[in-house]
Amino acid sequence: MEKLRYALFTGCTAKESTPEQMMSTLAVANKLGIELVELTEASCCGASHLQDYDDFLSLVLNARNIAYAEKHGLTMVTICNTCQLNTAMTKHRLDHNAELKAKVNAKLAEVGLEYKGTSLITHFLYAIIDDFGLDKIKEMVVKPLSQFNIAPFYGCHNIRPSELQNETHKSHESAYAPTSLDDLIIACGGVNVDYEEKNKCCGFHAELQAPRTAAILTGNAVAGAMDANADWMVTPCPLCHLKLDTQTHHASVAIGREVSLPVLHMQQMVGLALGCTPDELGLKHHVTKVDFV
Amino acid sequence: MDTIKSQQVTFKVFRFNEETDYLPYYNTYVMDVTHEEVVLDILNRIKWDHDGSLSYRRSCRHGICGVCSIKVNGKGILACKSRLFDLIDVFGSELVIEPLSTKRAIKDLIIDKKDFWDKHAAVKPFLVSDIVEHPASEHLVSPHDAEKLLEADYCIQCGACHYSCPALAINEEFIGPAAFAAAYRFSADVRDEASVERLHVVNEEAQGVWDCVKCMECAEVCPKEVNPIEKITKLHNMIFEAGVAKNNVATRHAVGFAHSIEKHGLLDEGELVRYSEGNIGVLKHVPVALKMFAKGKIVLPWNMPKADKLDEIKKLIKSSSTVKF
Repeated sequence: MEKLRYALFTGCTAKESTPEQMMSTLAVANKLGIELVELTEASCCGASHLQDYDDFLSLVLNARNIAYAEKHGLTMVTICNTCQLNTAMTKHRLDHNAELKAKVNAKLAEVGLEYKGTSLITHFLYAIIDDFGLDKIKEMVVKPLSQFNIAPFYGCHNIRPSELQNETHKSHESAYAPTSLDDLIIACGGVNVDYEEKNKCCGFHAELQAPRTAAILTGNAVAGAMDANADWMVTPCPLCHLKLDTQTHHASVAIGREVSLPVLHMQQMVGLALGCTPDELGLKHHVTKVDFV
Repeated sequence: MDTIKSQQVTFKVFRFNEETDYLPYYNTYVMDVTHEEVVLDILNRIKWDHDGSLSYRRSCRHGICGVCSIKVNGKGILACKSRLFDLIDVFGSELVIEPLSTKRAIKDLIIDKKDFWDKHAAVKPFLVSDIVEHPASEHLVSPHDAEKLLEADYCIQCGACHYSCPALAINEEFIGPAAFAAAYRFSADVRDEASVERLHVVNEEAQGVWDCVKCMECAEVCPKEVNPIEKITKLHNMIFEAGVAKNNVATRHAVGFAHSIEKHGLLDEGELVRYSEGNIGVLKHVPVALKMFAKGKIVLPWNMPKADKLDEIKKLIKSSSTVKF
């Protein structure tokens, strides 16, 4: 198989509050022989909040990020669901609106850039499933996770709106019955547990504005996984990870029940199965202790 | 000639009569369904062939009145529009049929939608304009101005997004996606004169657009592709553009992104929380921040990473910004 190469859009959290996300992404890519060219020029995607304040500015900044991936001639790979949504949404809007694309390109021209629309955008979860292949990952597993019941937590912005996401990556999964993360758990030798909240919202984006709503959503998600007898949770979204990993005290108070589970990044789960060390995967950076390795 | 495909499906149907039942229960029916049937056909078959007491709403049968909206395996649908075989493709051969909101069930699949209609009414879902009774000419709307309405006109008030919204399920004050889409529809109309009044309604804390959790469920569930969250985002924009945004944690949270990106290219997560909450409000986040710091998850200001070519980002922010706060 030809070596896979992607332009890596890290997003902000991988450089700050989830360093383990960056570490585990690089460790897994290294194990799988995937080359990641980091887009060091990329800016924040606006995380769906800048868009509320200044929609046009967010379009220009996201188009600039994609333009850098295009300069490399590579598919952009994201490691954050919200980066995935905002970047994919920008691409969709510019590719379907010539007038808007021209307006954005007029701004980009001021810094010598052009958005062409030639690079695809996909999340690392779908890159390793669609492009690398689940069967090949399965073959490379050296430490199957067979003793663990693992609860997948998909995160909203990878699965909704499905029409947009299915436009950008090859996995055509239903927002109501997603399978990618379940399939990946099985490929890693683990046991996937089913629970109602696995494709629900963690509340991250309303944490400051609507803390009670956000805390209840977090609590419900962890409680759902616990009730399904999960040993731990896994998510492809660092924002969901932050909410589920660091906010369990508020969540427990909000729902009137003590909830807490280790929450691994998708890359950390794959890394463990591929034989990476806990240090390589940054497991010591979790607030809710990962005590099973 | 195509052969008619059929498949055996198990239907678990929600039953509850508020006048006689303490608790809801489910009746199970195993039926062969054909590939041309929609969910409403199955409800009719259950009522006509198995149990005449099953209650549900139905009317137009053409996906335009919205009254037959229910949930199948948690997904809000129009019963008259959703093909069984499409649902089987997603969920398999066991389908759970429930009302849009089990807690609002009156009888079986029929719910009390009073909260939905009250919130709809609260946003003045009609054109407010001084009409000249005998105008000299037509009041024309240009195609460009008509485009601003996006697809907001297509809403049929089925309630699928309203009763699928996780924020609304927790916060009953929250106006919800359908009414927000209606608020946008009329505020974006060039003939309307109540836009600012409506923006004040949707700008209120607890009930307004700032309490949206951005889960995109409303966009996913809408059977008419209204894309309510797109309209919610537009309302956010209009609040800033109209100058009615209040200086609070929600607005500062949005504006803080622009400040941070201009300074670092990336988001300064810690500074964003301080900026949004204020110097006093930020204190409530200290316990979690300390735990994160102990785990190496807080970047100190002097170590804040910056994007390469930051000058380029600054230049674009300067030339592309369209609003001020």
